[in-house]
Amino acid sequence: MAGYSAIIVEAKNVDYYYPGEGENASPALSGVNLTVQQGEYVALIGPNGSGKTTLLKLFNALLTPTNGEVLVRGIPTTNEETLPEVRRTCGMIFQNPDNQLVATTVEEDIAFGLENLAISSAEIKRKVKETACLLGLERLLCQPPHLLSGGEKQRVAIAGILVMEPKCILMDEPTAMLDPAGCREVIETVRELNHRQNITVIHVTHFPEEAANADRVIVLNQGQLITSGPPEDILADIPMLHSLRLQGTAAVELAALLRKDGYPLPLKILHKRELVDSLCSLERKS
Amino acid sequence: MSRSITLGQYLPGESLIHRLNPRLKILTLVLILILLFSLERFGALTAYLGFALFLFAVAKVPFRYLLRGLRPILFIALFALIIYFFFSKGGVVLFRIGIFTVESEGVKEGLFIVTRLAALVLFSLLVTLTTTPLSLTHGMSYLLKPLRYLGLPTEEVAMIMSVALRFIPTLMEESQRLMRAQLARGADFETGSIFRKAGNLVPLIVPLFVSAFRRADELALAMEARGYRIGAKRTRMYEDIIFPRDWVVLAFVLALLLISFTMDL
Repeated sequence: MAGYSAIIVEAKNVDYYYPGEGENASPALSGVNLTVQQGEYVALIGPNGSGKTTLLKLFNALLTPTNGEVLVRGIPTTNEETLPEVRRTCGMIFQNPDNQLVATTVEEDIAFGLENLAISSAEIKRKVKETACLLGLERLLCQPPHLLSGGEKQRVAIAGILVMEPKCILMDEPTAMLDPAGCREVIETVRELNHRQNITVIHVTHFPEEAANADRVIVLNQGQLITSGPPEDILADIPMLHSLRLQGTAAVELAALLRKDGYPLPLKILHKRELVDSLCSLERKS
Repeated sequence: MSRSITLGQYLPGESLIHRLNPRLKILTLVLILILLFSLERFGALTAYLGFALFLFAVAKVPFRYLLRGLRPILFIALFALIIYFFFSKGGVVLFRIGIFTVESEGVKEGLFIVTRLAALVLFSLLVTLTTTPLSLTHGMSYLLKPLRYLGLPTEEVAMIMSVALRFIPTLMEESQRLMRAQLARGADFETGSIFRKAGNLVPLIVPLFVSAFRRADELALAMEARGYRIGAKRTRMYEDIIFPRDWVVLAFVLALLLISFTMDL
């Protein structure tokens, strides 16, 4: 992606211990250094308990670091007065679509964040409408949340964040509880926002296919940042991924098996299409 | 399955009564209820019963809703009638059954009480049928606002109520799912004595509670992440605006109350 202009979130030497776990408890995060630029799409991967969710919550000031510092557009997250500003800049989407919708209708749910910012009613109505149109939710505005599909619920949740004009969307496995159609719905929506409005996305995921579409992939394990880089480097590094009980994309795994069987496939295969293309060109050569 | 869950008894509609400001609706209901309790004359009371029926017609509520609303008080009304007929004395003896006599004053008082009861229920029913539970909550919280100065968290209570309303269908869906899951494991919710049935509900209620707490936890986090802070100033997308028509209705009701009072005295 062209020209990142500004740093959106920054973690400096962050340690985090969950409170009440005793002196000798292992940290949820230790020594994490990370900067994310405006407009970047970052995927966070790692085994369960590696601290991915904790890191996201630090960026939204739901948690504050035990040691070190987290800055959101240069503002430290520990400051009470700037908390609304931080939460407005970095909106968060959670895994369970049911447990993050607050209001009894879609429109009032989208309005919830603005209501918390004490914005005037006319302004709220205008912005809610605008956002709903942008995400194609006009039809659903008067529906109660329990009548929506999983994908629709997550899109409403995204609208509820988007209406506050965030710079960054933090997503904690937003597709884990959705069917394939719902997954596509959500991922496409977020990618659109990333491309069109240059909104930064930090996406925690267990699906290598989702991570493969990011600009950068970051690997966490046991609270430490293991490595970070473009998806074609990280997700093709099968020995590293397997040692962390992670997987590459289906294409990567398949290409590795084919290579073992003597097919001279190039190393940087990430997507199915690339695998198919290189197999076809092998076929033509032989 | 739970697509059809309706909350409260709200009946959607577009009538003037539907569109009245909820807090004025609650306020006038309270005034009318006080009046109904203080009226002494049978004539005035019947007139109000008639007025209630007229308002039902204005709100275009089907007659069966009215009957359904009155059904719960049927037993109480019958009981009151019997008590008054046989135990309230005065006036002429109308007829005798064994040692009991039914006298004219008793009949009059009995009918008076039942009419009052019916009028009370009908007016309250009209408000709950024409106002969404959410507007009712908002209206109530607005009227209770003065209590804030006594240190009561009225805004927060309103938020709790609206979140509760939001989650009722979700939890009902969940309870149905849990019930099927427990049935598949051989649970029995149908047979046995009432105590046995109540006992059998334990494997349903415990997981439901656990899940409700987990949901509450996640929801609190999500609300906080979207900038909700207890005690902070908030606005509402749909402000509670009082229109001129609301004032007209309030003035009309007040005038009516005044007239009734003076006539009744």
